[in-house]
Amino acid sequence: MGILEVKGVGKRFGGLHALSDVNLSVKENTVHAIIGPNGAGKSTLLNCFVGKLIPDTGSVMFDGQSVLGRKPHEINQMGISRVFQTPEIFSDLTVLENMMIPCFAQRDGAFSMAAYADMMKDKDIVGRAEAELEAMNMADKREMNAASMSRGDKRRLEIAMCLSQQPRLLLLDEPTAGMARADTNNTIDLLKQIKEERDITIAIIEHDMHVVFSLAERITVLAQGTPLVEDVPDNIKGHPKVREAYLGETQVAA
Amino acid sequence: MEAIILQILNGLDKGSAYALIALGLTLIFGTLGVVNFAHGALFMIGAFCAVTLSRILTLSYTVVDETQKDFLGNPLKVDVPYLHDMFGQATGDVIIDWAVPLSIIFAIPVMIAIGVVMERGLIKHFYKRPHADQILVTFGLAIVLQEVIKYFYGANPIPTPAPAAFTGSFDFGAMLGFDPNLIIYPYWRIIYFAFAAVVIGAVFAFLQFTTFGMVVRAGMADRETVQLLGINIDKRFTLMFGLAAAVAGLAGVMYTPINSPNYHMGMDFLVLSFVVVVVGGMGSLPGAVLAGFVLGVLESFASMGAVLEVLPGLNQIIIYLVAIIILLTRPRGLMGRKGVMEE
Amino acid sequence: MFGLNTKDTRLLILVAILVVLAPFILNPFPENSAMAQFNAGYPDLMQRFVIFGIFAIGFNILFGLTGYLSFGHAAFLGVGSYAAIWMMKLLTMNVVPAIILSVVFAGLFSLLVGWISLRRSGIYFSILTLAFAQMSYSLAYSVLTPITGGETGLQPKLNDPRILDGALAEGATPKANLFGLEMGASYELGIGGWLFTLNAGYYIAGVLMLASFYLAIRIFRSPFGMMLRAVKSNQQRMNYTGLNSKPYTLAAFVISGMYAGLAGGLMVAMDTQAGPERMFWTVGGEVVLMTILGGAGTLIGPVLGAGMIKYMENIISKINSKILHEWFAFMPDGVEDFIVNILYPFIGKGWHLTLGLIFMAVVIFLPGGLVEGGQRIARLFGRGKKASEKDASGKTTPAE
Repeated sequence: MGILEVKGVGKRFGGLHALSDVNLSVKENTVHAIIGPNGAGKSTLLNCFVGKLIPDTGSVMFDGQSVLGRKPHEINQMGISRVFQTPEIFSDLTVLENMMIPCFAQRDGAFSMAAYADMMKDKDIVGRAEAELEAMNMADKREMNAASMSRGDKRRLEIAMCLSQQPRLLLLDEPTAGMARADTNNTIDLLKQIKEERDITIAIIEHDMHVVFSLAERITVLAQGTPLVEDVPDNIKGHPKVREAYLGETQVAA
Repeated sequence: MEAIILQILNGLDKGSAYALIALGLTLIFGTLGVVNFAHGALFMIGAFCAVTLSRILTLSYTVVDETQKDFLGNPLKVDVPYLHDMFGQATGDVIIDWAVPLSIIFAIPVMIAIGVVMERGLIKHFYKRPHADQILVTFGLAIVLQEVIKYFYGANPIPTPAPAAFTGSFDFGAMLGFDPNLIIYPYWRIIYFAFAAVVIGAVFAFLQFTTFGMVVRAGMADRETVQLLGINIDKRFTLMFGLAAAVAGLAGVMYTPINSPNYHMGMDFLVLSFVVVVVGGMGSLPGAVLAGFVLGVLESFASMGAVLEVLPGLNQIIIYLVAIIILLTRPRGLMGRKGVMEE
Repeated sequence: MFGLNTKDTRLLILVAILVVLAPFILNPFPENSAMAQFNAGYPDLMQRFVIFGIFAIGFNILFGLTGYLSFGHAAFLGVGSYAAIWMMKLLTMNVVPAIILSVVFAGLFSLLVGWISLRRSGIYFSILTLAFAQMSYSLAYSVLTPITGGETGLQPKLNDPRILDGALAEGATPKANLFGLEMGASYELGIGGWLFTLNAGYYIAGVLMLASFYLAIRIFRSPFGMMLRAVKSNQQRMNYTGLNSKPYTLAAFVISGMYAGLAGGLMVAMDTQAGPERMFWTVGGEVVLMTILGGAGTLIGPVLGAGMIKYMENIISKINSKILHEWFAFMPDGVEDFIVNILYPFIGKGWHLTLGLIFMAVVIFLPGGLVEGGQRIARLFGRGKKASEKDASGKTTPAE
């Protein structure tokens, strides 16, 4: 049994079959990549995991519980954190505050009416947020306004925010999209480091093959809304079906 | 039956005003993406265009008429409008009498000019700012505009009558073959409705059948693509703002005989016309017109005695009630496109 | 002190000093001088300063922190007023139950309105609140006349039950009081040519304003306050971080509604009357003006904005052309007339015009309001000083 079990998931938009009969199992403590050409249904699938979309058929179980019909914040409270394609952070707040919010959410739940306490005197939360910043080498930026950071740092902050909640499953939606090569490599290194240091399951949707083959332990190839193959990276590389799906995309050969 | 027809008729003139203001409002939102809280002020300025023209037409000089005496026995001073000298007394009086309809010609260029200046001078800088900022700055502008009018025209309502030929009422019921004296309807209101229908028709025809209109409609649907085609959409949008201002202004001009204009009439209509736009569907032109008339007629039904006996005060709140229900159950409004402002 | 950091404590003490000394500060002109009519230190106006201050502080908790722009807060002010006046009619002229009930009723009503309105955001939210306020106004004006007194409104009458108070003597007027201390009671202090009025009602309202202000600071610095700023900043990230943004915004809405109710209750405590005009949407528009003028999202901004608008409304509006001519009499006649003619439309009865222009300028150039303006000026003059010293305003972003 994987930590995330996807069975027979289908989703239509009007006449378009975005997903049909997707079966997928993400094993605990692995990095599982979902790849596929544009329009393969990767993002639709991801949105089904986090409560943004409800599939028409099938089931999505996280740790034995269905996530379908739950709101994004409830799914997060179950232990799934999501990193977006363009970094979603609280740009009007400082970096430290950005880090404190997920810590509060994890400790106090989806809503807490702590309107009288001084948040900076909450040593537990401030300490955790600072430790997490320290671990991500961002301690010097704690007073900075999040909006004024570089794109690479925003991505780093977003990942740090997700990790501070100690999620059991981290979802990454094309984490290096639109990044320069150097930033991409930094992000790969960061994710490798996370993988080594923490007990965490990572599901990653990616377009960039360099990223996928540097990180993934298992790969599912999605094409036209259905999984083509699922295997370890070495077997995926030369797989004829994958070549066929990616025909014309040179990245696979590299 | 007669009562129902009468209520529909009663609803039409208010509905016409709602529809005209809402039309301009939604035109601005649809083309420019701007929430214009100063639109009520444009309606008010239109009304004061009529006031201004009637004042210009009645500009007079004083002569001493030796043949008449006032009650103290002194020679009477008489104000003679310049128009009498220009066109003779009879024609002059007719022109003065027709001040309100004539104001239409006067108001169109004035309102377009005001609209263009407003867009170039202020609104342009708010395209990329949040809707809240747009609401706030146009709300401030509305205050400024109404204070300027108050400074020049005072705080009291200024009666501006319709031409003598259209004052009074007529028996509409008898014309339709009902019993006489059951459906009595003022002339001016039917004219207002007809006028609104013509203006609405003209706006739609303009958007439908001219190249300009086509580009604007395309721009409403997808601004970026039209820009990529190399069409200077901004300039057209500026003119669109002028047009919307003119529509609001005309609504105001013709409304003056129904309600004497005062400086805060814009604010009074603003809230209602926003409600109308939202009910019709933000950015939907037919929706705005439909919602304007539907709400106008509903309001007048709600003020029927029989209804008020069961639900007292319904006439006061019906529009808001409908708006709240629509917003909660069908956020895009009656005819709004899916996905527009549906948050 | 008081569980606040140094900067906030300093701000609170500063505001407290201003509230205590307002009767002196606002009366700079000797009693018999020509300028005496520009003294703002009379009880009625000072009460309005602090009451609208409370209204704006509360509104800022909603708009300043979450970014939800409500045009309907006049409804809660009105509900608070009606609740208070009924307490005075039924229970006692003591203001304590009146004020408590006004907060409770405004809170309940804002819970209902907020619960419905917050299903939508952005401009739809604004219009929903506007619709609710106008509906409340229309109902108070017409159908609800048995409860609201319709157009004339409500006042305490001699023959009201008032079960906690003893019967009043024939011909006496019921007076609002705090355990016997009448709201209208004043101590007049003459020093030299100056006359200062220390009014009981003002100080009671002032103390409540300080308490409201203190509470607002606590909210701004609390985890709850940070969540409200998170709502404004990025609701998507908030939801994906496991937080439910809906109860946060609703709580902010209800808190700001309760502040409005408190302001409404205090108005009744001061003038013992309530009418539907307090619910008209432009009253809600006024608090929007105050908050943004002063600086939405800053601590002190709304109070400054409220003070400024009420000062303009009551003092600047008194300047007529005769006074202007006196002021500029030292100039040559032609120049004098010219200047007076230029200035006249903007002051006196035209103060609204000035307000509208200033407001537009603030929205266009100074999104942080007067507070941001002050900070910019301070920065111009105070280079080299430490950043924390300049920033006495409590702008939200720095968490310290």
